[in-house]
Amino acid sequence: MLLIPCPWCGPRDEAEFHYGGQAHVAYPENPAALSDEEWARYLFFRDNPKGRFAERWNHTAGCRRWFNAVRNTATNEIEAREVTA
Amino acid sequence: MTRDVPEHPDWLWSSPEPKRSYDVVIVGGGGHGLATAYYLAKNHGITDVAVLERGWLAGGNMARNTTIIRSNYLWDESAGIYEHALKLWEGLEDDLGYPILFSQRGVLNLAHSLQDVRDSVRRVHANRLNGVDAEWLTPEEVKEVCPIVNVSPDVRYPVLGATYQPRAGIAKHDYVAWGFARAAAAMGVHLIENCEVTGVEVADGRVQAVQTTRGRIAAGTVALSAAGHSSVVAATAGVELPVQTHPLQALVSELLEPVHPTVVMSNAVHVYVSQAHKGELVMGAGIDPYNSYRQRGAFHIIERQMSAALELFPIFARAHVLRTWAGIVDVTPDASPVVGTTPVDGLLVNCGWGTGGFKATPGVGWCYAHTIAHGEPHPLNAPFSLERFTTGALVDEHGAAAVAH
Repeated sequence: MLLIPCPWCGPRDEAEFHYGGQAHVAYPENPAALSDEEWARYLFFRDNPKGRFAERWNHTAGCRRWFNAVRNTATNEIEAREVTA
Repeated sequence: MTRDVPEHPDWLWSSPEPKRSYDVVIVGGGGHGLATAYYLAKNHGITDVAVLERGWLAGGNMARNTTIIRSNYLWDESAGIYEHALKLWEGLEDDLGYPILFSQRGVLNLAHSLQDVRDSVRRVHANRLNGVDAEWLTPEEVKEVCPIVNVSPDVRYPVLGATYQPRAGIAKHDYVAWGFARAAAAMGVHLIENCEVTGVEVADGRVQAVQTTRGRIAAGTVALSAAGHSSVVAATAGVELPVQTHPLQALVSELLEPVHPTVVMSNAVHVYVSQAHKGELVMGAGIDPYNSYRQRGAFHIIERQMSAALELFPIFARAHVLRTWAGIVDVTPDASPVVGTTPVDGLLVNCGWGTGGFKATPGVGWCYAHTIAHGEPHPLNAPFSLERFTTGALVDEHGAAAVAH
């Protein structure tokens, strides 16, 4: 089980969190202007690196707030300094 | 002591040094890659083929799955490819000339809520229209098929019925891989282990070669079949795939007397259980939620899975877990695979099988070989194109793909 450093509550068990996938995926400013390819890319394509990955977590069983973390998907290590509120 | 050790058995395949060039290079020596090589040689007479495997043959998800074989998916597209696979399974032992312990002991997909019942009955009808054997069973009939299932109404998620596919079953995954490997090697295919593909070379929009830990290997066609690592390999050719890589856990119990005559799956409580030929109970769970390339998951997922299993099968309460493990699976947004061409000429992709690729092994091998030989998809894998995510023609199998995609 991962030990996830919530920026507000400190390190807690993974079971307290809900995963939110890749971080920094913004909703398109003008969705109607997108081509089918661009819309498909927004909707269905996410980075899937073997290595550093910026991702979202929600501390559902704690403070219920979202935050971003950078985790290495090859080792599952969370880089504590890269956890941002 | 050493006098009692038998001679090493004959090797089932040779291990040649890689040539500098092949007509076809298949990336990934799992079940899909091996089956593809086999059907390339057998159906299309293409034997200048190398299967490149970064570890040992069939040591990834082919060694880690729960060996369930069925074809009772909802949509016509899925019924097409999975039922084709099931028909091939039914003749595979003779075809390969190798035992694979294919046992058609049936599969029960349990329903635990009124919505489950409606979805399941709908799927039974859809299956029948597609020529896939399917029945709807009442709880009493479930008990007849599998006497150890608890169908009592006073549990948290009572069994309200189940779909039943009698032709479904299990097979011995290692033997399946070895059977395909042996037959493909006998027809001249090179099976090359300890050979990791580190890059795909593309020039003028066309694939040229792969870079590997054993040197550069030129290829007319490069066919990816790398499961959880598909994104990593495709990215070196500039191709992005709509997949996310997750750990998927499974476990076995100690060896027990035969108690479980069929395969039982439950979407709602997240567990699937069969009993292997040797006697261990084989159970799988849903994926761990986060992206990861570690072949390891969290124990609370196992605990949840065991509590579900115990509610369904109180008889398992005293069984001991022998070992748990995880594979890494590539999951698509619609729980259906991607098998077909890419924007790069000569680069083909077979990925996105998520939690359920084993059952498709012969079927996808057949269709992927056709795609390689003809440069365009077989009618059975044409719906599973990369373009469907742009056109919107998704094949949504979240319901029938079983647990937690």
